[in-house]
Amino acid sequence: MPDAPGLELIRGEIDRDCPGAVLATSFDRAQAALIVDPERVLEVLRWLAEQPGHRYDFLSSLHAADYLPNQPRFAVHYELINRDRVERIRIKAMLEDGAELPEIDSCVELFPTANAQEREVFDFFGIVFRGHPNLTRILMPEDYVGWPQRRDFPIGGEPVTFTYSEARYD
Amino acid sequence: MEVERRSLREKQISARDMLRGDLEGEDLERYVEERVVTTTFAKVQNWARANSIFPLTFGLACCAIEAPISIVTARYDLARFGAEALRASPRQADLIILSGRVSIKMAPVVRRLYDQMLEPKWVMAMGACSSSAGMFANYAVVQGADKFMPVDIYVPGCPPRPEAVLYGFTKLQRKIMGSPDQSWRRRYDAYGTEEWARGGPRSEPSPEAARAYGEARRSVEALREAGEPSLA
Amino acid sequence: MTEPNREAEMGMSTDLLETPPDSTFAEHGDPPDLDREIMTINIGPHHPATHGVLRLVVDLEGEMVREVRPVIGYVHTGIEKSCEDKSYWKVIPFVERMDYVSYFFQMEAFCGAVERLIDLEIPPRAKYLRTIFLELNRIHSHLVWLGTTALDLGAISMLWYCFRERDKILDLFEMATGQRMHTRYFQVGGVIEDIPLGFEAKCRAFAEEMPIRVGQYEDLLDRNEVFLSRTKGTGIVSRERLLELGVTGPLLRAAGDPWDLRKAFDYLVYPEMDFKIPVGTVGDNYDRYRVRVAEMVESASIVRQCLDALPEGPFIADDRKYVLPPRSELSTSMESLIHHFKLVTEGYRVAPGEVYYSIEGPRGELGCFVVADGSAKPARVHFRDPSFVNLQAFREMAVGGYVADMIASLGMLDPILGGVDR
Repeated sequence: MPDAPGLELIRGEIDRDCPGAVLATSFDRAQAALIVDPERVLEVLRWLAEQPGHRYDFLSSLHAADYLPNQPRFAVHYELINRDRVERIRIKAMLEDGAELPEIDSCVELFPTANAQEREVFDFFGIVFRGHPNLTRILMPEDYVGWPQRRDFPIGGEPVTFTYSEARYD
Repeated sequence: MEVERRSLREKQISARDMLRGDLEGEDLERYVEERVVTTTFAKVQNWARANSIFPLTFGLACCAIEAPISIVTARYDLARFGAEALRASPRQADLIILSGRVSIKMAPVVRRLYDQMLEPKWVMAMGACSSSAGMFANYAVVQGADKFMPVDIYVPGCPPRPEAVLYGFTKLQRKIMGSPDQSWRRRYDAYGTEEWARGGPRSEPSPEAARAYGEARRSVEALREAGEPSLA
Repeated sequence: MTEPNREAEMGMSTDLLETPPDSTFAEHGDPPDLDREIMTINIGPHHPATHGVLRLVVDLEGEMVREVRPVIGYVHTGIEKSCEDKSYWKVIPFVERMDYVSYFFQMEAFCGAVERLIDLEIPPRAKYLRTIFLELNRIHSHLVWLGTTALDLGAISMLWYCFRERDKILDLFEMATGQRMHTRYFQVGGVIEDIPLGFEAKCRAFAEEMPIRVGQYEDLLDRNEVFLSRTKGTGIVSRERLLELGVTGPLLRAAGDPWDLRKAFDYLVYPEMDFKIPVGTVGDNYDRYRVRVAEMVESASIVRQCLDALPEGPFIADDRKYVLPPRSELSTSMESLIHHFKLVTEGYRVAPGEVYYSIEGPRGELGCFVVADGSAKPARVHFRDPSFVNLQAFREMAVGGYVADMIASLGMLDPILGGVDR
């Protein structure tokens, strides 16, 4: 984990090469995160993966979270690992919800491991990844309607029926 | 049919005489009586079916590690009940053990497997998830496999111990042989308290019970309308 | 990937796979392309060899696999969504049922993430106990893998031997926790209960015996011609490609990369343990088999070291805001009663924040991402499951080989569909 000053140094270097991409840094509970503009996320990922001093070239996990009722509502998280210095960093791209599905660039060419993980995020949150070769549902049935892991999707199931609650006993 | 028991030596002598063709009359009748059991064909058929069940190798989730994998291993041996031959093809299997949670994507597949099995066939819902969705009361799990297929025996547990599965298996065997095991009802002499959910000999409650159920339901609805928060 | 050189291995010409001589075409005109026809078949989701409900749509040309498309989701249980509805300690039984042979690992990932969120330090005895159970679970997972994979490849007796040891491990779990599987043993702050008397002796006897048993398994399989020819040289994926695909765990180590989170990111008591990381050379199925079998021996050694170093002390943290007080105090201390009541009814609240915590599971990196919003229920729980990511490498392993090699690769990939589908 780069410590807090190390994180600021990384942010400074990124600002030099890709100005305006990083919106904020966050160092919470010993975990370093960079909050990035969703339009520029591919640039930042490529910079981190290819820059000689910071080879964060292993995408450990790509996942999303729904922060309803806070806005912006969605965040796509990229967990990167630098295997030489054994450090982790998190990239967070916040997305708004609107009339259409939120969109973000896909990083499949840079990290082929993101293929199935982006499909999972699409399946559960409805976030569209531009440029993904096969963006279809992966865990839910193909014809399912709805984005299950959004906070406003009902959890489902059915109430337990006791004998007295059956209407035919009167 | 009672036959006096003879000693082994006497039986050996009569068997030797039979082979020679020397037995006749009463001795011949007694020889035959000792070796013949009369019963109905249905009972023999049920006995054969119960003791040679071919389970289907079907594992969905965690319960699959306990059965079918763990009960065929040496410690909890399923072979001693005659069910050693697990078949992979549903056309050749008798018993499908639903071991694990049935998700909504898998339910049509399970139903198709069940339809492909030939009569007579039985279903064991093993574990809490296939009996009633277990702890997963959510959008992705079918709330009990009996929503889309008939189930003969439910084995509770999460996961049930292999001994529990074997106990359920022996109960199923007794059910197949025509005398379903009422277990605690026999122990506590509580016959007549069964309720059958759909069809069956006692699918309607007695008038007293129906009145009591109606009272309970009306009181719960009244509380809900009065705004009781825990019932909303 | 080029066609495997079976001719050299079998000493037989493979002319029959080539097109027939020209005279046939001249006589009858162009035949339908029977030799080149692609046949799409569907393997699963109910299939004895697909370790769980995995559906493979395979394009075959003869016996050669041209394309494989895994279809998953048949045991999707909505665990991540269910967790948002439950208080933190009720989430633990949910998450341990994801990857159903390595349940302690999921508990550790979640409890570790929440302990990071609330900044709670667990006592040393709890750390050692957790490590013991994690390594026992690793051996258990590898035994299940070995038994079922050998069964797929035809070495049927291995199943019975592996499950004999597995039953011994489950006896240990039952002795300490009361349940064979899905024990709910780890809690936020430590473990729920101390180990009983006699556990240490039994566990030590098991750890001593395990390397001997592993030797027996190797005796059974090491010179098995069929097993060797099915696993050597099949399913090779290069190390760089595996890293691009995000594959971790024994698959990556078999390809030659010594990446193990136990040594890379120190957690629990692994920095104090002395163990080796088995690493393969070629990256074929045989190396994967050898890496996992060697890992079993290393895990037994870690268990023995932990038992030797097990300190006395509390088995769960002392912070009454997050951990239930011992029942003996409930009758004497009013504060404990209030804490107990609060923890059981509502649960503890966690300050807002998010944490990603990952550990080395038997299949690779198991990560847990928890978002807390200040209430008693987590706002988001997501698991980075190793089998889900490793399954993406399956296509590379299978395409270009025979169907039988695909089955061997699937076994050696060791997917657990509960983790893949969650």
